[in-house]
Order: sequence, then C-alpha cells, then structure tokens
Amino acid sequence: MALPPSQDAPSPMDEFSKGLWRENPVFVQVLGMCPALAVSNTAANALAMGLATLFVLTLSNAVISSLRHFIPKQVRIATYILVIATFVTVVDYAIQAVSLDLHKALGAFISLIVVNCLILGRAEAFASKQPIGVAVLDGLGMGTGFTLALFSIGAVREILGNGTLFGIALFHESFQPWIVMILPSGGFFTLAGWLIVFSWLQEWRERRRRENAVQSPVVEVTR
Amino acid sequence: MSAPPQAASQTPAMWPMYRAMVGVGLLCGVLIVGVFLTTRPVIERNRAEALERAIFRVLPEARTRRSFQRSAAGNFEPAAAGGNAGFVVHAGYDEAGALIGFAVEAQGMGYQDLIHVLYGYDFARSAVIGMEVLESRETPGLGDKIETDPAFVANFELLDVALGAGGEVAHPIEAVKPGEKEHPWQVDGISGATISSQAIARILRDSTSQWVPILYRQLDDFREAR
Amino acid sequence: MAGVSKTLEIRTSPHILSGYSVDTIMFNVVLALLPVTAFAVYAFGLPALLTLTVATVSCLATEELATRVAGKASALGDWSAAITGLLYGLTLPPGLPLWMVAVGGIVSVGLGKTLFGGLGANPFNPALVGRAFLQAAFPVSMTSWTPAFGAERFYTLPASTLTAPLTKPSYHDALSGATPLARWKFDGQLTEVSDLAFGAIPGSTGETGALLILLGGVYLVARNMMSWRIPVAILATVACTSGILYWLDPNAYPSPLFMLFSGGLMLGAVFMATDMVSSPMTNAGCVVYGALIGLLVVVIRLWGGMPEGVMYAILLGNAVTPHIDNLIRPTIYGARPAEEMS
Repeated sequence: MALPPSQDAPSPMDEFSKGLWRENPVFVQVLGMCPALAVSNTAANALAMGLATLFVLTLSNAVISSLRHFIPKQVRIATYILVIATFVTVVDYAIQAVSLDLHKALGAFISLIVVNCLILGRAEAFASKQPIGVAVLDGLGMGTGFTLALFSIGAVREILGNGTLFGIALFHESFQPWIVMILPSGGFFTLAGWLIVFSWLQEWRERRRRENAVQSPVVEVTR
Repeated sequence: MSAPPQAASQTPAMWPMYRAMVGVGLLCGVLIVGVFLTTRPVIERNRAEALERAIFRVLPEARTRRSFQRSAAGNFEPAAAGGNAGFVVHAGYDEAGALIGFAVEAQGMGYQDLIHVLYGYDFARSAVIGMEVLESRETPGLGDKIETDPAFVANFELLDVALGAGGEVAHPIEAVKPGEKEHPWQVDGISGATISSQAIARILRDSTSQWVPILYRQLDDFREAR
Repeated sequence: MAGVSKTLEIRTSPHILSGYSVDTIMFNVVLALLPVTAFAVYAFGLPALLTLTVATVSCLATEELATRVAGKASALGDWSAAITGLLYGLTLPPGLPLWMVAVGGIVSVGLGKTLFGGLGANPFNPALVGRAFLQAAFPVSMTSWTPAFGAERFYTLPASTLTAPLTKPSYHDALSGATPLARWKFDGQLTEVSDLAFGAIPGSTGETGALLILLGGVYLVARNMMSWRIPVAILATVACTSGILYWLDPNAYPSPLFMLFSGGLMLGAVFMATDMVSSPMTNAGCVVYGALIGLLVVVIRLWGGMPEGVMYAILLGNAVTPHIDNLIRPTIYGARPAEEMS
C-alpha cells in the first residue's frame, strides 16, 4: 500500500482490471449503492443498468479527460455534471427506443445515473488527471466491475426470489420463491452477503501473501 | 480559520470559466437535441404500438380503433395526435366498421402506488370483456397476481356492467372474497393479494360507474366521427 | 481461547450485587415461557411441538456455529439462544413447513444477533428479526393458520408441515382458518373476547393463550427480572387509544378488549418488547418506548394494510431505543441537578 507511486507505472491492463476486482466499485469502494440496491431485483434489469452505467462512465471519462486542460478547476464539478447528464439523457432515449418495457422496469433510475457517485468520483479522481486512453480504460474497467457486481446481486435475487434467471425457470415448479429477495430488503441482504464474501476473500489473500512472504522473501520483491 | 485575505490572488479569470461552461453546454445541447430527434419517431411508434396491442387485447373482436377526446362541451371528438388533455377513450370497430366497444384507461390507488389499467367494454354484452394492467408497482409475487393469476384475470372476461332504468349502472362492480362470486358483476378476490385485487375492482367500479352512462349518452359522437 | 471464560471485572463504585446473573434471568424467562409453550402444544398438537423444537434447535445450532467460526467460547450456557428460539417458535403459525422454520431460526440468530456481535449487541429482538424475514419471504405460508383444538391434532400433521425443503407447501382449504384480527379486518366479524382469552382461536402457536402469557409476565415481574413498565405502557396505550376510537365510532373500530386479547399483542408486550438488550435503560425511557409501540400497534392494525402489526411495532420501537436512551439519561450517582450546582 505504501509503495512510492513512481515505482512502476501501471500497465494498461492494470488500469482496466483494477475495477473488476481489486477496486471493484460496489464491493470494495461501496459506491453507486442506489442503483445497486434498487435495480438489482432481476438479472436482466441489473445487467441493463450496469451496461447503461458502463456506457455513461466510459464516454464521460473520455470527454472529461480530453477537456481536462480546458476546464478551470472552479467550474469543474458543474461541467462534469453537464457532460454526465448529457450522456445519461442519450442513454435514456436510446433505451426508450430499444424497449419500452425495459425503460419501465428501470424507471427513474436511468435519470439517477447522473448522481451515481461512481461516475463523478472517477471523473474527479481519475479522468481529470489522466490522458484519454487511460481514462477510457479506467471507465471500461470500472463500468465492467459495476456491471459484474450488479449482475451478481441481481442473479442471486432473481434465482432465490423468483426461481428464474433471465426469466428462465431453473427449478421444478414446486419451488417456493423467497419473495423477500425481490423486495427492496432483499437487495440489502444480498449486498451484505457479497460484501462478507469479498472481505473474507481479501483477508484470506492477504494472509496467504503474508505467509508466503515469511517463507520466501523473494516473492515480495517480484510482486 | 484566520487565513489572510487572498481575494486578489484567488479571483479566477472569468473568461476561461465562461468559455468552458458555455462551450461544454453548447456541445451537450447539440448532442441531446440530435439524439432526441433521431429517437423520437421510434419512441413514439413504440408507445403507440404498446397501447395498440393493449387495446386489441382487451377488445379482441375489434379490427380498427380510433381515439376520442372529451371536449369542454361534454361531447367526444377525435383525439388530436399528441394532445392528451382530458379523458381519452378508444373506440373499437369490427370489420364492417360498426362500433362494438370501448377501451378505457383508468387508474386508482393500489397497495403500493397508483395502478393504471385499461379495460374493454363491449356493447353487445354490456360487460367488461378484458382488463389489462398497464402500470403497477404491486408487491412482486403477491400483488402482481392481479396480472398473473389466471383465476383473477378470468373475472374480467365477462363482467356485467349493464345500465339500469335510470341510465346509471344497475349493479356497480364489487369485490368479494375468493371463490364467493355469485353475480356476474362481482369480482373474485385473490387470497394473499386482497388489497391489490380489491383495488382493481374499485378502479373498474369507479371508472365504469362514471363513464359507461356518459358513453351511452354520447354514442352518436363515435358513429358520426367515422 | 475456549477454556477462558472467567474474566476479571473492574468497575467503579458503587458496587451492589443484585444476585442475578444473565443466565439466572434467562433461565427464569424460559420457566415463565413454559406454561405458554405447554398450552401451545396442547392447543395445536403435534405440528406446534415440531415447530417449537425445530425453531429452538435451529437457533441453538446457529449460535454454536457462529461462536465457533468467530473463535469464541460456546454461549449456549447463557440460555439466550434457547429463549430466542422458543420465542421465535411461539410466533409462527403451527402448520408452517419445518424447513421454513429452520431458515427463520438461522436468520434470527445469524442475522439478528451474531452479525451484530452476539448477546448484548443486537439492536433488534432476534426472534422478531427471524419472523419478519419469514413474513417478507413467505407471506402466504406465514398467514395460513390451522384451527386450535382439532380432534386429531396429537397424531396427525397438516400436509404443509413436512413439505420438502425449498418447495411450496400445499394447504387444504378445509384446515385453514383466519385469525380474529384478519376476520375483523377483511370480513368485519368480531370474535368473542372469552375465546380470545382462552385460546380457542387460530393463530401463532404461542399467541393464543393470552392469560397464560400474562401469568408468565407476572412471575417475571414478581421476581424483579423484567421491567413491568414496558408491558403496562404498551397495553395501556393500546387500551386507551382503541378505547377512544371505539367510543367515537363503535361500528368502525373494535372494542379495546378485542384489541388487547387478539393477535400477538400479549406475547409481544410481555416477552418480546421487554428483551433487555433492545429496550431502553431508564424507567422513563421504558414508558416512552412502550407507549410508542402501543400507538404503532393500533395504527398498523386499524389503518394499515395488514391485520397484525405487533411485530413491526416492536421492531420499530427497538430501532428508536438508542435515541430514547440518548434523550432520557439517568442521573449520575452523586450528581446534583443543575440549578443546585450554580
């Protein structure tokens, strides 16, 4: 953690993959909770929401990164919101054009992507300081991580709460659905469950790394 | 904080700020307008198709339909496209062009939020012959049985709304407990979704009691308009 | 670590030894629950016995598993998991599938207690957390009731009890009965208060013997192991509020006696709301807490979507408890009121 920043510049692959696992926006940074809880009641909704966010995040990262020398820091937040809101509106119209049912299911949460702190967070903390290529990779990685997280919440909720995945029945019809899982409270339970799993895994990896380091210090250096 | 006044050195240059805000704003505006114009026809076609499908589902014998709007004078005029002010009713016609019924949108409070329904009213049988939930936020797995429970949906295949001698609905629609339906104007509730199923019955009762008599009085509007 | 259970306690004066430890009190609560439990088994027969057993065993097993995972000493000896299990079982409908009973038991102790840090750290009554989870997860099963005193209750089981895990139970309409509150809410029918008091009604296993619940409460109060203020405040608030409404319009509202003896009010007021961990610490706080729960019960029952609201009322009361404790603080021993000081 306390490594000097200049030690080795992260590779492009790193910029992409950090959002998937190590800095996963939902499970590690705990950002974007509103859509993660509200629109994850089915796998399809969760996937659509994740993809919409991925799209907005990547494009806003690209635009903000390319305009980073043009925007004075006093008005940066207002400008970022303007850019993000534009892409959200674009997504909103696009989803309406593709499927009204999907738009009905996602409801107000499409517009609320504007205030998803994940997007503003990446714009402020990353895109405004990095060249455009890296910023796009970061947006793609974070967006994919967000999509994966939403999908893993949505899949659990749909399987338990409805006995289906993407609307396809998984069990015999005598399966008793756990209705609580598709209710809002199910979102909290599932998110909490995944957070437990994630922090447990991270602790376990940390412990493994420390044990390895004790046995063979060489490993630490090559990392 | 007792920092020394730094106003002079902190005053930002105004021009770059305006340039950034206005420039980005213009770009964004152009983008939004462009997307709006490209997607609008598709979105409107989707909306119209969704409504169309729902109308023909609740009035399965209709072949064509026209939408009418209630004017200030109390009679019905063909609805102008886009203008959705006031009460709108969709009249259904058979192949010969004869008026067979209406599809009417209604809404009311359910368990969680407003429920929007569309129901079909058939003249020949003087009954509601179909009901479709357009929008609801009822509890998944419980309240949404108003859309999925076949026994409940069957209530609306022939739900009597005949007019009595006074020109009013003779027997307003009423909800009864599951399995206790005795009269053709009663709606069997759903056990486990009592409130949602009663809400549907109430929405239909209010809407039919209000509009069916009026529609009968104004029948000429719909024939002439063809 | 498992062997270390004695700790050196260092506390500031004054020292008064009450003579009661956590496990003595908890054991006495179990004693006080015995008549209610016995009546539950007598009234509903074999299904109630199985429900209570599975509920208690699943809670004990979860507690044991959780303490092992956390590397702590076994906490079964303090009786608290047993009480949670018993109370939780007493709130369930007697014909509930046993696999659902087990799920709820795991949730009660797992989610309601150990995740918050075990005994003493749970903000909500664990038994009610488990029941609330089941109510939200399986609402149909949680509102399917079997009538009391069925002729064959000691040697037959309803089909629903032994449903295979994760599958839907089937209910025979002939066996189902509506609780007095549901009959009032949905059909406008009132049940005789004498039936309510003596338990000749469908309901959760432990909520129908209202008089026996009161007996258990009186025992605990007499032994000074329970705050009498909480149940009294709850029952008095319910009686007063519903009494005023009944006096205003006897046709629209049920009588206060019906409100007092129907549903889970007695069980909730005497055994659930008084949970020491999740109720306020001061006497005045207890009265405020009880009054709030009583008010919520009346509001949910009379104007809410569901016929019964005791569970949600108590859980909401639990949620407010830290704020009550924050606002109503006890005087520090030896401190004088502010005006005396100046």
